[in-house]
Amino acid sequence: MTVPLSYYLALSGIMFLTGVIGVLLRRNIIIILLSVELMLNATNINFVAFSQYFHNVAGQVFVFFTLTVAAAEVAVGLAIVIALYRSKSTINIDEFQLLKW
Amino acid sequence: MEQAFFFYFAFVIAVTSVLVVALRNPIYSTLALLIMFFHVAGLYVTLHAEFLAAVQIIVYAGAILVLYLFVVMLLNLKQDVRYHRQWPIAATVGVALVIEAIILTAMKGWTSPVVAAGTETAVGGAGNTEAIGDVLYTTYLFPFEVASLILLVAMIGAVILAKKELVEPAES
Repeated sequence: MTVPLSYYLALSGIMFLTGVIGVLLRRNIIIILLSVELMLNATNINFVAFSQYFHNVAGQVFVFFTLTVAAAEVAVGLAIVIALYRSKSTINIDEFQLLKW
Repeated sequence: MEQAFFFYFAFVIAVTSVLVVALRNPIYSTLALLIMFFHVAGLYVTLHAEFLAAVQIIVYAGAILVLYLFVVMLLNLKQDVRYHRQWPIAATVGVALVIEAIILTAMKGWTSPVVAAGTETAVGGAGNTEAIGDVLYTTYLFPFEVASLILLVAMIGAVILAKKELVEPAES
């Protein structure tokens, strides 16, 4: 394996950081969900890189479970987005303050 | 050669992930994410996880991204407004994570850990799919069943949440 493991970790760190900043910075709920997908993909790259490095296939199995959770998150999240859009005709998160103290 | 592939995939992944966050139009963000998914799949191929690469393309690019595009076009969004005024918090968290990463790499250096002498299941070789299936249906059988339950709950939840009667309470 000519590419060191730390390169994959650096790439995954950059992706995860971009996702965190996207969640905190954007106002569009759909973009926030996309940023969550970014973070999930960063962890997936970590899993696969470690799995290849330690010659253990369990990491790739856990990528499967991450995929399952990502699919569930997208389905429920987009349904919530549609319900919110029906109630307020916007998906700007600043408009939804019902649960704020 | 392998390094050239890695740097190509890593560069495109980093650029498109920044574009996902930075672009104003949600459709462009989604399409940037699509490009990123394809390159992550390519990265999986260079890591000898061919089955995961195929699953990445089928599930992420085929199902999840289509769902996102469908919702973006269904809601008919205008151009997005400015960034959130929460940017000091975002900058604080980002800088803290970067500093943490720098400290960790400075402490440990860039030396790679010792490769575990493999008594475990081999990853590469002839049957990547076979190896995954072997572990998935024996060692991880119970989490696999729990995952199917999660999918069922998500399916029911999505159907209930997207129903019209949620907003105005039903008379019955």
